[in-house]
Amino acid sequence: MGKTIAEKILGQHAGRDVKAGDFVLAKVDVLMGNDGSLPLVFEASKKMMSFGVRSPKSTFMVLDHYCPSPSKEVSRLHEEIRDFARRYDCLLYDCGEGICHRLLPENGHVLPGMLVVGADSHTVTYGGLNLFATGVGSTDLAVAMNWGVLWFRVPETILLKIDGGLPKGLCAKDVALFLIGSIGASGANSRVIEFRGKAIDEMNMEGRLTLCNMMVEMGAKAAIMPFDEITDHWLNMIEIDRAFQPVEPDDDADYEREIEYEISEMEPQIAIPHKVDNVQPISSAAGIPIDMAFLGTCTNGGFEDLKIAARILKGRNAHPRVRFIVSPASRRVIKEALADGSYQTLIESGAVINPPGCGPCVGAHGGIPTDHTSVISTANRNFLGRMGNHKASIYLSSPATLAASVLRGEITDPREFLQ
Amino acid sequence: MGIAYKFGDDINTDYIISSSRKRDTIDPQKLARFLMQDIRPGFGLQAKKGDFLVAGRNFGCGSAMEIAPLVVMAAGIRAVIAKSYARSFYRNAINLGFPVLEADTDPIDEGDLLEVDHSGLIHDITKEKRIHTRPFPPLIKEILDAGGIIPYFERKYPMPYI
Repeated sequence: MGKTIAEKILGQHAGRDVKAGDFVLAKVDVLMGNDGSLPLVFEASKKMMSFGVRSPKSTFMVLDHYCPSPSKEVSRLHEEIRDFARRYDCLLYDCGEGICHRLLPENGHVLPGMLVVGADSHTVTYGGLNLFATGVGSTDLAVAMNWGVLWFRVPETILLKIDGGLPKGLCAKDVALFLIGSIGASGANSRVIEFRGKAIDEMNMEGRLTLCNMMVEMGAKAAIMPFDEITDHWLNMIEIDRAFQPVEPDDDADYEREIEYEISEMEPQIAIPHKVDNVQPISSAAGIPIDMAFLGTCTNGGFEDLKIAARILKGRNAHPRVRFIVSPASRRVIKEALADGSYQTLIESGAVINPPGCGPCVGAHGGIPTDHTSVISTANRNFLGRMGNHKASIYLSSPATLAASVLRGEITDPREFLQ
Repeated sequence: MGIAYKFGDDINTDYIISSSRKRDTIDPQKLARFLMQDIRPGFGLQAKKGDFLVAGRNFGCGSAMEIAPLVVMAAGIRAVIAKSYARSFYRNAINLGFPVLEADTDPIDEGDLLEVDHSGLIHDITKEKRIHTRPFPPLIKEILDAGGIIPYFERKYPMPYI
């Protein structure tokens, strides 16, 4: 039987032939931690008899969750991370640079064929670049720093074939929500998702990163895109400093399931409070009043996301009831959005723009919802209390749906504005 | 012996410990009183050392943050028993040497007195019933027996791995 992409990458990094179900010790190429997870990495490192960072040049530390620091306690933790990065010579991205899941691809640190671990669940985002990336805990990251390897159970793979063209006015996020609604919050638990199909072939890299990012919401251990001209073109646009090896599955790869979807008739999708898999087509959610809108996060804080929102908002004002907050995913996103005018459009429409980072997604700062209000957000989770107030309700949507809803003050089909 | 506290399906890590709480402290001992606060206020103070957290499917979905199992442990919970787990919670718990047992939890009711023996068998003392748990794969059992991933690696690879 042939091999899936996950079996090939884990096999190469374990130095032996592996198949789904095997337990392996595999060498990790890139390690990532952020200010949400690194303080506990340091705690874990203190439990070791001896600790060091084996590959500091492949170990990245990103301050993105609580930036700029909202409290003395966070400031102290940030300083600990800076000290640690200096002591072990790791590369640090300080507050304001952006979100870890966008910074590592943008800066050429994660490349096709790699095995990447990050102490953050949305590390799966990197799979958009044809690699195996998975979220781990802080103790795992500390072990990987010290030993350079981790244990893995080689996962089964589900092949998702997404056929048909993406309809006008829809985004990769709509596809992601649709898949999660269809497969369920635990439907891909510990599995790898491999993508294929016409809609994938036509999807740009930002869309692929968005789609991979959301797959953890159905429990996936990793989500992996094929390597093609779009990947190659994207890698040519950024600076990379090492060789890479694209990976493709064997023709007779052994998939646990193969599911085909045809999306050319799909409507924009919305995740209804308080579960990410509680997904409805927009026609059944349109008209629900909203009080706050949040555009950003590792899922939808990219340049293309700001751009499509700006296209809908141009020359119009946010509904007076709506508090509209934007957190660009990185400094580069701001520069790109400034260069094409999207940034100015967002400000003119009434947006409050946060510094690059996770922003209000995890409810730490930058826009906490009011009691008994509804929020539309381009984030990846709508759990009760997620944005820091368990008396608020969160609806998840694409950036286009968000922008249309900002204008009307209620959940709105963006296709009305994209004729 | 401890009391069973019962929760439903898809209990996510934000419910276990709210992300917004971590802004003020990451000390599991200080956070333990906020365990499950958004869905069951007061639970963190109610649970006593040796009690059991019993749940349905996909326990611990959401974030990979290790603070979730650390807070469950700090609250004194002896073990989690669930129908299934999300992978990152399961992995983190194993790495910390904390037992995450898989079993059919339907027969267990809120408030039942439970005991788990060395073989992983659950004794529901209230119902006078025994409930089997799914055996751990060999590597996972070895990690648990070692007391977690750090002692396991230190024993197995005493020099940093080459």
